Amino acid sequence: MGMSLGDDTSREPAHDRGAPPTDTGKMVAAGVLLAIPLIALMWVPSYAKETPKLFGFPFFFWYQFLWVFICSAMTWTAYRLTLSARKGDRK
Amino acid sequence: MTPLAAGGGVNGVALTVLIVLFLIVTVAGFMATRFQRGDSLDTLDEWGLGGRKFGTWVTWFLLGGDLYTAYTFIAVPAAMFATGAVAGFFAVPYTIILYPIIFIFMARLWSVSHRHGYVTTADFVRGRYDDRGLSLAVAVTGFVATMPYIALQLVGIEAVLEVAGLGGGDNVLAQDLPLFVAFAVLAAFTYSSGLRAPAVIAFVKDTLIYLVIIVAIVYLPSQVGGWEGIFGAAKEKMATVNEATGKPTGAFIPGVGQGWAYATLALGSAMALFMYPHSVTASLSSGSRNTIRKNASILPAYSFVLGLLALLGWVAIAAKTNPVGLDGQPNPQLVVPQLFEDFFPDWFTGVAFAAIAIGALVPAAIMSIAAANTFTRNIYKEWLHKDATPAQEARVSKITSLVVKAFALGFVLTLDNQNAINFQLLGGIWILQTFPAVVFSLYTRWFHRYALLAGWAVGIVYGTVKAYQVINPATGKHFGGSLAEIPGLGDMGYIALTAFALNLLVAVVVSAVLNATKVSNGRDATRTSDYYADKDDPTVAHDLQRTNDLEAPPAR
Repeated sequence: MGMSLGDDTSREPAHDRGAPPTDTGKMVAAGVLLAIPLIALMWVPSYAKETPKLFGFPFFFWYQFLWVFICSAMTWTAYRLTLSARKGDRK
Repeated sequence: MTPLAAGGGVNGVALTVLIVLFLIVTVAGFMATRFQRGDSLDTLDEWGLGGRKFGTWVTWFLLGGDLYTAYTFIAVPAAMFATGAVAGFFAVPYTIILYPIIFIFMARLWSVSHRHGYVTTADFVRGRYDDRGLSLAVAVTGFVATMPYIALQLVGIEAVLEVAGLGGGDNVLAQDLPLFVAFAVLAAFTYSSGLRAPAVIAFVKDTLIYLVIIVAIVYLPSQVGGWEGIFGAAKEKMATVNEATGKPTGAFIPGVGQGWAYATLALGSAMALFMYPHSVTASLSSGSRNTIRKNASILPAYSFVLGLLALLGWVAIAAKTNPVGLDGQPNPQLVVPQLFEDFFPDWFTGVAFAAIAIGALVPAAIMSIAAANTFTRNIYKEWLHKDATPAQEARVSKITSLVVKAFALGFVLTLDNQNAINFQLLGGIWILQTFPAVVFSLYTRWFHRYALLAGWAVGIVYGTVKAYQVINPATGKHFGGSLAEIPGLGDMGYIALTAFALNLLVAVVVSAVLNATKVSNGRDATRTSDYYADKDDPTVAHDLQRTNDLEAPPAR
């Protein structure tokens, strides 16, 4: 590898800049958006049932398929929120 | 009763198509290696590190090809077929909640890693605490936990070869012939071409898999009475009493008291996945801090496909697929290949088999390389041979990748093969115990290095003992499953998560004591701003450039 771990200080700034300025409200909103799918899917009794059916699929199955899209949308929104919450974070 | 082996004879056409596609892909991989660079593969960087600066779409393919494996198209449908939704369909919530979880911490890991040139989680832990012991624990865990995951890939390749009619006979050697063939191909492939060939082939693999899945999902349900009929047949089978256990065969949907099992399997697996060396390698190879976050919102497309694949296990129930091995014993792992052979013309069956086999080969190669890199960097160079030359490192890595696969072969031969999904879950038990040392340390140094090590040890021992105690009621073998009673709760849960809770408890208590008594927590080589650095940071840019110079990305 030719380099030792954590010792490559040659290019580091003279002092630590700390965390970049952050819009806390937006970060909290992003956190909530990320937490919702977790809570929803961990709460198994809320969806472990057969009805109502959709296209022959019991509720248990189509409901979880639906969460693929909901989670995707929420993660995307959280991504946009974190981008705008931190000037230091860009694409 | 001894059902007639449906795949009794050699399926000549399917086998030929399989072998031809396999050869084309392998040759293409080797040629790509040769055309891209004139240099030899004699340095570790060249052999074992992927190109960096991958954008969103390349990362999407790379991660997808990396993460969705034989687990997806062999083990999950097999579990659905054999014991139903709790054992199989948890993979869907698992691969959904995975992304919010990595969204949260992966950007920090990316930044600090590129700021300091870390390529493994053990590197990071070493830098964060300057503690060789904790770093070694993380490295060894990553190395060992990858083995059962590779074993699962071998089972996948073996299943395809077996249904195609390869292997069989009445002596032990002949019975395991498909396995040894799979092992030999994988070993030769990885040894000679390193990470470059799998990266090229990943695109071919994904295309083949999507083709096969779309055809299967559009065509098969109409052949077996539609989705109503499929769910009906599955419900009926799962309610039937199993003779071996005296209980229902499985769960159609999780019943009362099974919610914990379903939820903990999903959560434990999701937290574990991005601790594996191969997942970390793929994530760090993305081009900027936020690429992985953007990916987190488009990777769930794979989860949808995974759900459909899982349901193929139930399509097979409705289709009355009879997965019987060449030894005459029923083997659920064969259910998807058998389903294809029963319903599709031979040539398409061959294409499907090739998709599965290549789809298992690629991640197995990547996994064994990532595990070998971890060994070389964090064990060999750190502990055994500090002054190793780049050529020595590369050689050690290559040999280690063979050793990893040999151990994986050992897993397949000794553990209960009937339920291959347990390989993945067993690896998950171990790798999850590195989560506190890696992820919590990204945010805080409140946890003490010795406390993290103690927690890790407790989690590993508890998890392994508990998993050993699980006996498959049908075969009587140990390591027969990964669910055990959650102490104090009474319901069954994923052992990995129970062990993790114990791990965390020990880490918190011991940290409180050690912090109060002012025991040194090591020197921290990182600083706050490291965790936010992006590609425009000079040090990060330098690191990206360094790895990029070493290897032009083969798949851009």
